[in-house]
Amino acid sequence: MGASEPELRTLMVAALDGDARAYRALLGDLRLRLGAFFVRRLGGSQAEADDLVQETLIAIHTRRETYDPRQPFTPWLFAVARYKLADHFRRVGRRGAAPLDEEALEISVEGGAEASDARRDVEVALASLPERSRGLLRMLKIEGATVAETAARFDMSEGAVKVAAHRAMKSLAQRFGSGDVADD
Amino acid sequence: MTDDLLDALARDIAPRPTRRVGPRLALALGVGAFVSLVGVMLLLGPRSDFPAALGRAMFWTKLFYVLALAASALGCVERLARPDGEVRRRVGWLAAPVAAMALAALAQWILAPTAMHQTLLMGNSAAVCPWLILTAAAPIFVALAWAMRGLAPTRLRTAGAMAGLAAGAAGAVVYALHCREMGGAFVLIWYSMGVLAPAVFGWLAGPTLLRWR
Repeated sequence: MGASEPELRTLMVAALDGDARAYRALLGDLRLRLGAFFVRRLGGSQAEADDLVQETLIAIHTRRETYDPRQPFTPWLFAVARYKLADHFRRVGRRGAAPLDEEALEISVEGGAEASDARRDVEVALASLPERSRGLLRMLKIEGATVAETAARFDMSEGAVKVAAHRAMKSLAQRFGSGDVADD
Repeated sequence: MTDDLLDALARDIAPRPTRRVGPRLALALGVGAFVSLVGVMLLLGPRSDFPAALGRAMFWTKLFYVLALAASALGCVERLARPDGEVRRRVGWLAAPVAAMALAALAQWILAPTAMHQTLLMGNSAAVCPWLILTAAAPIFVALAWAMRGLAPTRLRTAGAMAGLAAGAAGAVVYALHCREMGGAFVLIWYSMGVLAPAVFGWLAGPTLLRWR
């Protein structure tokens, strides 16, 4: 995946003009590029990343006319990839596997095959938080510690723990729950 | 995943002009506006003073106000229908027609006798005007939303709001062919409310309506 932005753009413009060879070369490059992008953001899950690469390549294909040749190519590419990633998190969330609210996190503590999926999704979501809130949420919501225990461990007041946990949950819900796909 | 998918996609690269962003949105706008025009003409009818109205400044001021709004909003929609669409620099253009309309309304207000002010602001249809514009905008919004789903918006709220604004302004253009109101203040307040209402709807419904797979 060594192609530079100008090279990718040249390939894409040629592809839009109907050049199948240029397009095949572009897709080969994009597959690797997208694979790396998704694996990093999914916390190393190769199978999920492969699915997303495939979906994204198909979206790029069917919606390729939305690329404006006057604009750089890479931002367009990753805008589609980010959309697909957000869509993936939302769908996973809708099945109840990802932590969209406090309840989902509670359920995920229980046993069963589904919970191990959920556990991985929880870790992915937690990874997006600052270190301190991550540790706090893990102790409080996953290990099931009480507010008082968590407060003692983190040397905070109980009120501060509640506020910090609430903020962290809210930021997770915003990132992975309902709301806009890519409005920053 | 194997190379088969990539090979299959590469074989299917024939240009498909129907997918182009601009023409697709223009087609949707045309279809929606036509439905809206037929509806308004059948249900409400043209202005009762039609030929004479063409000679009045406020008829054209009103029409150009909403036409300019529709054009700026559509320019934003054209960007937002693309994954990397960015409209920060274009949004300012939306303010220009509003400022021009405000100036026209102010001039009319100052020149008119005080006894006329109530009429300039409220006219005869303030209570129904925004609702009728919202209704006239509905088919246009549906058509634009349909077109955008086939494209690739990623900022779904912003895209929905801008599609709503464009539909509202285009609906107001159609409605202006029926409405006899001549107050600049009336247009500035009640027309703008009718244009904003579908934009608010688009903001709320964007993430649902515009989602694509």
